[in-house]
Amino acid sequence: MTNLAEKPNYNDDIVKLFTIATVFWGVVGFAVGVFIALQMAFPALNFGEYLTFGRLRPVHTSAVIFAFGGNALFATSYFVVQRTCRTRLWGDGWAKFTFWGYQAFIVMAALGYVLGVTQAKEYAEPEWYADLWLTFVWVAYLIVFLMTLKNRNEPHIYVANWFYLAFIVTVAVLHLGNNISIPISLTEAKSYSLWGGVQSALIQWWYGHNAVGFFLTAGFLGIMYYFVPKRAGRPVYSYRLSILHFWSLIFIYIWAGPHHLHYTALPDWAQTLGMTFSIMLWMPSWGGMINGMMTLSGAWNKLREDPVLRFMIVSLAFYGMSTFEGPLMSIKSVNALSHYTDWTIGHVHSGALGWVAFISFGALYYLVPVLWKKKELYSLRLVNLHLWIATIGIVLYIAAMWVSGIMQGLMWRSYDSMGFLEYSFVETVMAMHPFYLIRAFGGLLFLSGALIMVYNFVKTIRGDNVPSVEEDDTQGAEAAHA
Amino acid sequence: MSKNNEIDKVSGVETTGHTWDGIKELNNPAPRWWLIVFYITVIWSIGYWVVYPAWPTLSGDGERGGTQGTMGWTQYDQLKEQQAEIRARKSAYLERFENASFAEIRSDEELYAFAVAGGAAAFKDNCATCHGTGGAGSAGYPNLNDDDWLWGGDVESIHETIRVGIRSPHEETRLSEMPPFGDMLSGEEIADVADHVLALSGRAEDSEAGAQVFADNCASCHGDNGLGDSALGAPNLADAIWFYGSEKGDIMSQVRKPKHGVMPTWEARLDANTIRQLAIYVHSLGGGEE
Repeated sequence: MTNLAEKPNYNDDIVKLFTIATVFWGVVGFAVGVFIALQMAFPALNFGEYLTFGRLRPVHTSAVIFAFGGNALFATSYFVVQRTCRTRLWGDGWAKFTFWGYQAFIVMAALGYVLGVTQAKEYAEPEWYADLWLTFVWVAYLIVFLMTLKNRNEPHIYVANWFYLAFIVTVAVLHLGNNISIPISLTEAKSYSLWGGVQSALIQWWYGHNAVGFFLTAGFLGIMYYFVPKRAGRPVYSYRLSILHFWSLIFIYIWAGPHHLHYTALPDWAQTLGMTFSIMLWMPSWGGMINGMMTLSGAWNKLREDPVLRFMIVSLAFYGMSTFEGPLMSIKSVNALSHYTDWTIGHVHSGALGWVAFISFGALYYLVPVLWKKKELYSLRLVNLHLWIATIGIVLYIAAMWVSGIMQGLMWRSYDSMGFLEYSFVETVMAMHPFYLIRAFGGLLFLSGALIMVYNFVKTIRGDNVPSVEEDDTQGAEAAHA
Repeated sequence: MSKNNEIDKVSGVETTGHTWDGIKELNNPAPRWWLIVFYITVIWSIGYWVVYPAWPTLSGDGERGGTQGTMGWTQYDQLKEQQAEIRARKSAYLERFENASFAEIRSDEELYAFAVAGGAAAFKDNCATCHGTGGAGSAGYPNLNDDDWLWGGDVESIHETIRVGIRSPHEETRLSEMPPFGDMLSGEEIADVADHVLALSGRAEDSEAGAQVFADNCASCHGDNGLGDSALGAPNLADAIWFYGSEKGDIMSQVRKPKHGVMPTWEARLDANTIRQLAIYVHSLGGGEE
C-alpha cells in the first residue's frame, strides 16, 4: 500500500492555465456554433467574406474539438498523471511551452480559416505552417507525459494513463500521416497534399474517424477513468474489463475510417472492412460506459446528491447512445440513407455535446475547487441548472437533426410511380428550415448552460461564500469527495 | 495477484491490490453478455467477409484488387439494378411518349400526366433557379405563368426556346438585340418616348414628340401599337407586364442602354424527352397559347 499522506509538490499552475483555456475556448466554440446554426436557418447572416458559413464552420469545429476538447485533455491529463504516478509533472518549462504553443496553434488555425487559408481537409484544415508548429508542441506533450510516467512512484500505470498515452501517440501518427504536404513556397500559406484522389480520401477519413476515436473517445475515457471513481468514491468496477476494452478499442478503431466513404470510388473491399470493423467496435466502445456506470454500484444514492457526478453519468449515457448509433450508421444500407444528411450532424453532436462536453464539465467542476484550493463549488444548484439546460439543449438538437436528416435522406431518394424524382434539392432545404430553428435554439440553451458554469467558476475562484482549504491540509479538497 | 487482496466492503468483491491517488479497482470479470455480443459481432463480420468483397489481395488479382465474396456483389451492380428499376417505371410510358406528337400527348390523359410529372421534376432542378420554383420569375427573369410570351407561348415555340436558348452559344439560338438608343437619341427624346410607352398602357399622358420617336425607331420591332412581335422576341409594351421595371426611369434606362438577358441552351444538357416534357409542363402552367 502506498502512503497517501506523502503528497509531492504537484505542478498545478499548468493545470490551472489549461483549465481556464478550456472554459474560454468552450464558450467561444459554442457561441460560434450557435451563430453558424443561425446562418443555416437565415442565410442573410452571412456577412462579408470573412464571416461566411464556409469559413466559420471550421472555426466552430476546431474551437470545440481542438481548443475546448484539446485543452480539457491537456488540463486533465497533466492533473491525472501527476496524481496517479505520485510525482510532479516532468519539465515545468516544457509543460509551459505546450500551453502557449498549443494556444498559438489554435489562434494560427482560426485566423487562417477566417482569411480563407485551408487545406480543405475536414478537421485538418490548418495549412502546413500551423501543422508543423503543432507537431513541435505535440512532441513536447508526449515527452512531458512519458517522462512523468517514467518518474512515477507507483508500481503500475493507472488505466486512465493508458488511454491518455494512446490518445497522444495516435493523434501524433494521424496528424503526420494526413498532413504530409509540400508548400508551394516557404513564404506562402498554400501547400499541396502528398496524397491524391481516392487515396487522399482514405487517408483523410482514416485521420478524421480516428480524431473521433483517439481524440474524442480514448482521451476522454482517460478523463472518465479518473474523475468518475474519484467523484463517486468507489473502486473502478472491473480491472479486467478495462484491459479488454482498452486493447480491443485501440486495435479496432483504427480500421473503421472507410465507413465515411461508402458508395464512393473507394474499392468495395475497403468499404466492407470499414463497416465490419465499425460493427465490431460496438462492444469495445461500450466497455468504457459499462465500467464507468458500474463503478457507481453501491453508490447510486450519490447521483441524487451530487450534480457533478450526474454530469459524468449522463455523459456516459450519451456516450453509450452515440457509440451504438455510430456502428448502426456504418452499415451500408443505413448509410445510404444517412450519409450527407443532417443525421450525421446530429450523431456528431450527441457525441460532442453529450459525451465530450459533459464529461469535461464534470471534470472541470471537480477540478476548479481543487486547483484553487476551495472546499467546494460556489453553487451546486447552479451546476444542476447547467445540467438540465444543457441536457434539454442537446435533446432538442439531436432530435431535430434526426427528423431533419432522415426526412432529407428520404426526400433525396424518393421517386414517383412514373420514375421521376419527387423533390428537388431546394425543396429539401425548405423542408429543413423549422428543424434548423430548433437546432439553433438547442445550441443556445447549451451555450447558456456553459455561461452559468463560467459564472459559477468566477464566484468559486473569487471565494464568494466558499471557504478555502487550509494550507496545512495535505489531503485538500481532493479528499473531501473521496 | 496475491490471494489476500483487500475485499471491497460494499460489493464484497476483491480488489486488484493497487491504489492510485485513492482509486482502487475491483477484480470483477468482464460482463458475460458483453463478451458474447462482442463475439457475435466478430463472427458476423467474418461471415460478411466471406459473402462480400472484403480483403485486399497481394497479387492484385480479383475484382478491383480484393476478394470478391461468394455473392459476387459490387456497388456498381447495385447501382445498375436500382437505376434499372427506376428506368423500368419510366419505360412504361417512354416509348409511347417518344413517338407521340405534342397534340397527341395532350389528348392522351396518361401521357400528359407523365409529361407534366417529368417536366415538373426537371423544371425544379434546372429552371427554378432563375424562374422560381413556381415559375413566377422576377425582374429580368420572365414569369412563365402569365400569357405574355417573348418568343411565343404555344408548345412548339416553348420547346424551341428551351432547346436553343436565348442569346446562347447554340447555333440556332433565339437572338434579338435592341440597340442602345442612348447613342442615337437625345435625353429629351428618350424621356418623350418613355411617356409614349407608358401611354400605351394608359399610365401617362401621351407625348406627341414621343409617339414620333417611337414610330421612327421602335415600331419596326415592337409594332405600331407597341404590341410586340414574338417572332423577333420583341416584348409587348402595351400590357401591364414589365420585364426590367415599369417606372419611367426603368423604361428610359432600358431605351438608353438595354439589358439583354441570357437563357442557356438545354439541348446539350438535357435529353430530347426531358426537353419535350419541360415544354409541356411550362405550357401547362397557365398561360400556354394554342
